[in-house]
Order: sequence, then C-alpha cells, then structure tokens
Amino acid sequence: MSLGLEHYLVLSAALFSIGLYGALTKRSAVVILMSIELMLNAANIALVAFSRYIVPALLTGQVFTIFSIVVAAAEATVGLAIIMAIYRSRETIDTTKIDLMKW
Amino acid sequence: MSFNYLSTIIFLPVAGAIIIALVPRLSSRQIKYIAALFTLIPLAISLGLFAAFDRSAAMAGQMQFEEFASWIPLINANYHLGVDGLSLPLVVLMSLLGFLAVLLSWKMNLRVREYFAWLLLLETSILGVFTSLDLLLFFIFWEIEIIPMYFLISIWGAGRKEYSAMKYVLYTLFGGALMLAGILSLYFTTGSLNMVEIAQTDLAPLVTSIPLAAIFFLLLAGFAVKLPIIPLHTWLPDAHTDAPTAVSVILAGTLIKMGGYAMIRISIGIFPQAAQDYAPLLLGLAAVNVVYGAAVTLKQTDIKRLIAYSSISHMGFVLLGIFALGEASLVGAGLQMFSHGIITGLLFAVAGIVMHNTGERDISKLGGLARQMPAIAVIFTIAGLGAMGVPTTSGFIAEVTIFLGAFASNVVSGVQIYTIISLLGILLAAAYTLWLLQRVFFGPVLEKFNQVRDADNLEKIYCAIFIALIFLVGLYPMILTDVFRTGIAPIAALFGG
Amino acid sequence: METVIPNELVWLIFLLPILSFAVIALFVRPFLNNPRLSGYISISAIFGSFILSTWVLISLLSAPGHELVIPDFNWLVIDSAINIHLGLMIDSLTAVMLIVVTLVSLMVQLYSQGYMKGDPGYHRYYALLSLFTASMLGLVMVDNLLLMFVFWEMVGLCSYLLIGFWFHRPAAANAAKKAFIVTRIGDFGFLGAILLLLSQTGTLDIAQLHSLALAGVLTGTVLTWAAIGIFLGAIGKSAQFPLHVWLPDAMEGPTPVSALIHAATMVAAGVFLVARMFPLFEHSEVALLTVAIIGGLTAIFAATMGLVMTDIKRVLAYSTISQLGYMMLGLGVGGIAIGIFHLFNHAFFKALLFLGAGSVSHATGTFDMRQMGGLRKVMPWTYATFLIASLSIAGIWPLAGFWSKDEILASSINNQPILFYLAMVTVFMTAFYMFRVVFLTFGGQYRGGSPANHSPRPHESPSVMITPMVVLAVLAVGSGWFNVTGGFSRFLEPSETHVFQGFFGILAHPLPWVSLILAGAGILLAYAIYSARWLSAERIGRLFEPFYVVFSNKYWFDELYENIIARIVLLKGLFAGIKLFDSRFIDRGINAFFIENLVVRRFFSGLKSFDNRGIDGAVNGVADTTVATGRVLRIAQTGQLQLYGMFIILGILAISLALIFFS
Repeated sequence: MSLGLEHYLVLSAALFSIGLYGALTKRSAVVILMSIELMLNAANIALVAFSRYIVPALLTGQVFTIFSIVVAAAEATVGLAIIMAIYRSRETIDTTKIDLMKW
Repeated sequence: MSFNYLSTIIFLPVAGAIIIALVPRLSSRQIKYIAALFTLIPLAISLGLFAAFDRSAAMAGQMQFEEFASWIPLINANYHLGVDGLSLPLVVLMSLLGFLAVLLSWKMNLRVREYFAWLLLLETSILGVFTSLDLLLFFIFWEIEIIPMYFLISIWGAGRKEYSAMKYVLYTLFGGALMLAGILSLYFTTGSLNMVEIAQTDLAPLVTSIPLAAIFFLLLAGFAVKLPIIPLHTWLPDAHTDAPTAVSVILAGTLIKMGGYAMIRISIGIFPQAAQDYAPLLLGLAAVNVVYGAAVTLKQTDIKRLIAYSSISHMGFVLLGIFALGEASLVGAGLQMFSHGIITGLLFAVAGIVMHNTGERDISKLGGLARQMPAIAVIFTIAGLGAMGVPTTSGFIAEVTIFLGAFASNVVSGVQIYTIISLLGILLAAAYTLWLLQRVFFGPVLEKFNQVRDADNLEKIYCAIFIALIFLVGLYPMILTDVFRTGIAPIAALFGG
Repeated sequence: METVIPNELVWLIFLLPILSFAVIALFVRPFLNNPRLSGYISISAIFGSFILSTWVLISLLSAPGHELVIPDFNWLVIDSAINIHLGLMIDSLTAVMLIVVTLVSLMVQLYSQGYMKGDPGYHRYYALLSLFTASMLGLVMVDNLLLMFVFWEMVGLCSYLLIGFWFHRPAAANAAKKAFIVTRIGDFGFLGAILLLLSQTGTLDIAQLHSLALAGVLTGTVLTWAAIGIFLGAIGKSAQFPLHVWLPDAMEGPTPVSALIHAATMVAAGVFLVARMFPLFEHSEVALLTVAIIGGLTAIFAATMGLVMTDIKRVLAYSTISQLGYMMLGLGVGGIAIGIFHLFNHAFFKALLFLGAGSVSHATGTFDMRQMGGLRKVMPWTYATFLIASLSIAGIWPLAGFWSKDEILASSINNQPILFYLAMVTVFMTAFYMFRVVFLTFGGQYRGGSPANHSPRPHESPSVMITPMVVLAVLAVGSGWFNVTGGFSRFLEPSETHVFQGFFGILAHPLPWVSLILAGAGILLAYAIYSARWLSAERIGRLFEPFYVVFSNKYWFDELYENIIARIVLLKGLFAGIKLFDSRFIDRGINAFFIENLVVRRFFSGLKSFDNRGIDGAVNGVADTTVATGRVLRIAQTGQLQLYGMFIILGILAISLALIFFS
C-alpha cells in the first residue's frame, strides 16, 4: 500500500478539526493560540501534499508553506504578547472573562 | 369657446389664497377684503353661467362650457372641465357658500392669513370636484380638499378638534383609497378616464379583471363616506361640531354633496345595471339613514351636533331619491342637495351666531332667547321650518319631489315601502326642530343672557341671502328643476324612466 | 253686480292678505313701527277679500254647474309623472268656504284691535293673521292636492306660530309644538295618500281625480287606502279621535286666534278636505263608514270631557271637537251639503262663543269659570250674544244650529242607527255643558276674577270688540235659514232631491221634537245645578265620581301620548337606544375597530404620530423601529469570540452541505 494524496488530506483534515475544536472550546488563551497553530499547520500539510501530487515539477506549495510558517511565527509572537499584556492587567487569560469590549 | 369660465371660477379662489399667503404685511382687514373679492367674482361668473345655461331639451346630457387640454398623454389623462344641469347648481351653491363663508368669518382674528388661505383652497377643490370630467382630475380635487379641511378643523375648531380633524382625514382617506382602486379598475377596463365617454360605453361586454359590481362598490364606498351612509357616518357629527362655523357651513352645505353628486354622475351614470341590481340594498340604507339619523338627532344636546345629525337624516332622502332611479326622484335628490345646502348652511351660520354671542352651546342651558335676540330667533325659525320641510321653503319642494318621484318610480320594486318609511323622517324632523326652537328661543327669559347681542347688520345681510334663496326655490322650484332635468334626463333614460 | 268676476280678481282674494303680510313684516314693522297701521292694513286686505268672495258667490249662483274655470300655469313640472299646475278650483264648496273664512277673519281682526291693544307683538299678530287667512283661502281655492297640502301645512304653521304667540310662557310653547307634531302625524297619512294617488293615476288634479273615481277607474283597495289616508290628514287637522289631544292645549294662544283658527276655519279644513274629495269617499264604503264612525264617536267622546272642564276656553275647545265630529258624521251619513252646512253654521256661533269668552276674560283676567259669575249685569252685550250662540249650538229652533244638526240627525237615523243614538246623547250633553258655562259665567254673584287682575270691577268690553260679536250673533241666529227650503243644499249638490219642510213645517215631524226636548233637558239640568242650585254639583260629582275622574283626566290620552309613548317608549327607550347604539357600537365599535384599529394602527401608524408631533413623529418612528430591532438582535452579540467562531463554522458547514446536496 502506497501513500496517496488522500492520506495526507485526511491527516490534514484531522489536524484542522482538532485545532478547530480546541480553538472553539478551550478557555485558556494560550491553548487557543496553540490550537490555531495546529490549524495553520494542517493547512500547510495540505498545501505541500497538493503541490507534491498535482504539480510535482513546481515548488509552489512548499513556498507558500514557508510563508505561512513565517507568518504563523509572527502571529504567535504578537498573540502571546497580547496575552501577556492582558494577563498583566487582568490576571487571567480565561477568554470568557475578557469581555471589556462587549456592549 | 373663447373664455375659460370654469377654470376662472375654480382657480380664482386659489389665486386669492396665494396672494394672501405670500404678499407680506397685509393687515387682517385687507386679507378679508381680498378673500371676499376672490370669492365674489367666481360667484358672479357662476351666476352668469347659470343664466346663460341652455336649458332646452336638445341640450340634455350635453356638457356646456367645456374646456379640454391634454394633460398626461401617456395615460390618456386630460384637463377636462364642463358642467351640465346636474353639476351647475352645485357649482353655484359652492361659489355662493364660498363667498358667504368669507362673510361668516369676518370676525375671525386667529391666524387670519392662514385661515383665509385654507378656506379659499377648500373652495377651489370642491369646485374642481363638481366640474371635473376626467376621473383622475376628479380624484385629485377630491383628495386635495382633505388638506385645508384638516387644518381648518384642527387649528380653528373647538372641542376635541384634533380628534375630529384626524377622524375626518382617516375616513376620507379610507374612502378615497377604495375609490382610487375603483377608478384604476375602471381605467384598465376602458382605457379612458373621460367620465362622459365612459358613461356612453357599455361596460358589460368589456372583459374585466374584477366584476363590474366590485368596481361599483369600490367607488360607492368613497362616495358613501362623504354623503354619509350609515354606518360610515360617525366622522360627520364630530367634524361638523368641532369645525369653525364657516367651515361647518361649507362642510354641510357642499362638501357632503360631493358624495351625492358622484353617486348620480358615476355610480348610476356609469353602472346602471349594478345600480339597479343593488338599489334595494341602498334604498334600505336610505330608509335607515332617514329614520336612524332623525332618532339620534332627537337625543342630542349640543346645538351643532343636533344639526349635524339632522344632516344625516336629510342625506337619507338624497340617497332615497338617487336609488329610486326615477327621473323625478333624481331631480328631487338634486334639489334636496341644493336645498339642504342653503337650509343647513343657514342653520349652522345662525347656530354659530347664537354660540358666539351667548358663549353656550348646550341646548339645555339656553332658553328664552327670542326676547333678547329677536332677529336671530326669526332667522333660526325660518331655517328650522326649512329643515322640517314646511311648504314655501325649498326643503318642502325637495322632499316632496323625492317622495313623489320615488313612490311613482317603477324601476325598483318595493320602493314604495322605503318611501313610506322615509316619510317618518319628516315627522321626526318636526319633532326635533320644534324641540330645538322651543328650548333655545322660547320659554321664560333667562337673566344671564340679558346682555346678549342680537345679530349685527353683516349677519343680517348674509342670513337674508340664505332666506331669500330658501323661499325663491320653495316658491318657484322650476328655476332649479329645469336645470337639473337637462342633466338628469339622460341618466334616468338609462332605466327607461 | 250682474257681471261674472274677472279671473285676476279671484286671484286677488288670496293675494290681498299675502300682500298685507308682506307689507307688515317687511315694511311697517321694521321701518314705521306703527302698530295701529298694521291692524288697519290687515283689516282692509281681508275686507277686500270678503267683498271679492261675495262677488265670487254671486257669480257662481248664476254660473253653469256653479263652477268658474280659472286658467292655471306651470309650477312644478319634472316629467310626465310630476306635472303640477298652479290653478284655482272655484265651485260652490269653495264659495261657501271663502265666505266663512273671510267673514270670520274680518270679524276676528276687528275684535282683536281691542283685545290685543298694547301687546308688544301687535305687528306680528296681524302679520300672522293675514298669513293665516291667506293660507286658508289658498287651501280652499287650489285645484290640486299637492298645492292643497302646501296650504294645509301653511295653516298648520300659522297655527303653530299663533298658539305660541306668547312664546315666553312654557305652556304656550309646548302647546304650539304639540299641535304641530300631532297634526303632522295626520299629514303623514295625507301625504301618503297623495303619493299613492299620483303613482296610481298620474294626476293630482282634484277635478280629474273626481272624474276618475266617478268613472270607476280609480277603485278598489287603492281608492280605499287613498281615502283613508286623506281622512287621516283630516283627523289630525280637525282634531278627531284619536288625534284630538292638541286642540284643548291650543287654547294657550290668544283668544281671537282660537276663535278664528281653532273654531271656525282651520280645524274645519279637515271637514272641507273630506268634502272636497267626497267622490273618492262615496265610492269606498269602508272609507265613508270610517268617516261616520270616527265622527260620531268623537262627537260624544269630546262632549263628555266638555262636561267637567272648569276653563271656559277648554269647554269650548272640547265642544269644537265634538261639533267637528258632528260634521264628519254628517259627511259620512249624509253627504257634502249636510256636513258643510253644519260647518257653515258652526263657524259663526262658535267664533262668537270664543269671542265672548275672550270678552269675559278681558274683563276678569281669567279663563277659570270658578272665578267668574254674575257678569250678566255688567256685560249685557257679551251676555246676550253668548246666550244666543249657546242656544244656537244647543240646537234650539229656529236658531242656526238647529237646522244643520237636525239634518245630520235625520240622515243618520236611516243609515247608522247606533251613531244616531250617540248623536242624540251628544245633543243633551252639548246643551248641558254650554249652559253650565252660561250659568257659571254670567249667573249668580261675581267671584272676584283673577287675583292678578288689575281692575277689580269687571266692565263691558269696548265697542270695537262688541260690534263684531253682534254681527256674528245675527249670523248665529240666521245662518241656518239659508237651507230652510234647501237652497244651500241645492247650491252645493245640484242633484239634491231631499224634501225640505220649511220654517214651521219642520216642527210637524217627531224627530226635531225629540232633539229639542233633549236639548231642553240639558239646559234645565244645567239650570238646576248651577243657577237654581236645586241639586248640589258636589253631590252629583260624588255620585258619578268614576266618570268624573275619567273625564277630567281626559281619558288619560295626554299621559299616554306624552309620557308613555313619546317620553318613555320613544325618547327614553327607542331613540336613546339608537343613540347608544350609534355611539357605542357604530362609532366606538365597528368604526373604531375596522377603521381606527386596522387602518389607523396598522397602516397609518406613522400618520397617527403626525397627529401629535407632526413630522417629528415620523422620524421618531424610524428611530424607534431601529431601536426595537436592535433589542432583539443584541441577544446574539455575546462578545464571546468563540461563539462567533462557532457560528462561522456552522455557517460554512451549512453552505458546504448545501453545495454538496444541491449542486
């Protein structure tokens, strides 16, 4: 049995779903951030897999993935910084309690 | 046709209204003179037209003094005016009451400029209704009248004036909406808005989206609110009671006649078959109007409200005359509209003077005024005699013509029964009129009214005009019946009458 | 005067009093304000009419068929159905009525100069008398029913205005209103008959209707109903049972007015109407029988109430009703000539009685007989004339009343025996109540008059009042002699075949003796009770107490009509119910629901705010709507990012599923 595109896509979908679940249900802002990273990486897997199997001669997918990793790293940095700031002012990173912006 | 007499009659008042509204620094005296002038000229012209009107039988059904101009070619709407024997007396009546209303308002000193502007606009719109021969034009004049009426009642009125004004507007709009639906259906059926043309068309073979009877009732609903037919009448006592005197005069004198006029011209003239089919229903309503209106009148305690309810009873006679569908009964209906206009006009005018001079409108608190205001007592008595249909007044001629015409009409079976029931109306009319006269003018003289002033010269003059007309028509009815006949004969001919 | 009267002058009979009315009302009253002048104008006008009426009578005596043809002109022509001409019908009936009306009116107007002297309404009084006379003349002269109805109503109107002449007295104002409304109930029938006749025959011309009835074209139920309708009008005007209630109250008017309108002329108009339309009645047995029965019943019914009244004018009023009943009976059983002959005689003696009552009250300031008495000595002229009139109405030979009453009795004995006996009882009662008045008023001692009277001593009235009374007294004696040999009857009914016995010949028959004895008995009883006092009035009153209660309460008809029917059933019951229905059900109910709720609240809610705050309302309306929407949608905005995310995901899922399933 050889690995096909489907297997990578199933892996990607599974990872995305786990990430999505975590992002929607967890209360800790850090865990939500990690879950979002997971979803991004699921997308990266899918990109690389499509690139490898559909257009093997080109490296389009891999290039996009590198961009994505860079953006995700920057995003995680900013996100963690915001979380740190919130934690400093409110002593919690429970998202359900961070509702100052709500009317 | 060299000179547009009808347009002149219609638009002079509104021209006066514009002058009054826009020219700055007019004193209230000047405003009154302008208003009088701009209503006197239409009166003079309409009297001239009345004299010049061709009464010969050959002219029966022909519009006279017609004016025609293309207006909205896309929908075949035209600026089309004309009068026949049916509308001319009503035009004369309106221009007369318009002029007298200005005289009646001579003592008005609240927001004079606006008041006279609205009053003149009101005259224009009612005159427009009576002269329009194009349905769209007719409808526009019909609806315009609501605006001045609303302001006149709600600003210069008395009592629950805002309520009454609103109620009037709502009822009229409600009727107007149904009427517009009727006019549109008629337009889409015939492709024409010309009343004369439609009346000559046989509508039955034309394919219609809705049955002819439905169109008939849509239009009738609009007219029924105005006349008014029970149970659509309750705006009338409120509006009449709370309106200022001059407006009550116009309201009772001509405005509700729009309903009767439109019924003859449109409901019967255009839908003879439907009119004949549903005549028993409407005759029944007429008898109810007469008796029910009179019964409610007997229980009123407010002078103006009493007169207002008596109008409902009297309009029942008009309805009876119209839907008896005989030539004589239709002529009688026309006569009754004219006669009620002057009689009830006078009643409201003189009731207004009584209320103004005594500061009291509750009948039970008045009494014995014949000693303190003898001239008013005589005038009120004459008007009352007219209202109860005593011979030599126009009221008698009108009512008796309706009765004779309706009873002898063989178009609708069973009309005799409705006529006999309606005869009770004149009995009840005698009861409430005499009761009113007795309570207000007769009996012991009351101390508290010792300082009350009698009518002044201006009031005597305009009352004298009313009285002269009441007796003129009462003694020599042919002056009107000849004119009405030329307009009504072709309509009555639709029923083989 | 051999020449026939010119047509224009016939019109003038009616126009002269009209002219007098117009001159007084429009010129003398406002500009000259000279009361005596008003009186003179009115009297000259009526005098002119009287002269012309006499000329008409003389012309008619020689005219073929006792009829004058006067050309007419159009008045109200609408279509073939309604074609009313203004024309005159001058025949013997008209001529008799013209004489009666102008003569009595002339006498009353002369008398009024004294009676009404100094009254603030003097102008109005004479203006109205002129108008009334003109209307009454018009009523008897016109040639078609509609115009007759016009004048019929006009006399009713004048009666209203004259009864209410002293309008500041509530009783007068009430009586005037009552008279008008009650007679209008009768007019309802008259107008109905006019409608019926016009729709069935196409004409209202009296002569044409006569010929249609005679030719048998107008027949059957239509004829009967028309005749009954006409008779209903006559019942109202002539105060016959059951519409008699207005006449006694009408005595609130000035006494000369009662003499003219409520004794001699207007109330007789009902009798005249039936006579005028007699061919219609003749061809309907039912109608003719109705006339006779109502007449006979009214005669005795009114007489019973006349027995117990204490107000002299009220006794006379009931007597008038009773005598009008006689006239109707005469018409019903005998025909035009008999009924009209009694009308003719009655007009003079009853007018005289009223003028006498006026003269008496002028002296004593009251109409209450209990405060009079003993006036025979101080008022000899009044007493003499009153006595003559009383003898005449009681039917004593050879005075006027005897002749016409005898004819009525003679024809009813053959046709309607029951009514004959009732009429005989009435003869007795008439004599009794009239002489009760005579003895109470003129006999015995003076009982002081009205407490409010200015002059303590009664005095004879001035000659301006006495002279007309003397003239009428002459007629009360002699007016019956016109028919002693049947001249009057043949003038009215040329086909009359009845045999007349002559002045003394009539006494050779038993019937006149029976009625004379009854009348004599009545007079004797009155003498016994009220003059000689052989019998005590109180004791007799107690003896017949139930009758006394019923009579003096007028059989409770006033209570029935005014309190029960008018006030309770109609005003408090039916009309109040309708008014309540109107305000509660129609105004607040149907209209409020359909129009105000559906139209206003739903469709015109913006307009409703317009009512209160003008345009502001509409703007606020928009804002309010937005706020309300926000309140609902706000629930979804939790501020929970994860919830939003979930919605996004759910949305994506939904879209994806939709794409999978539907593409």
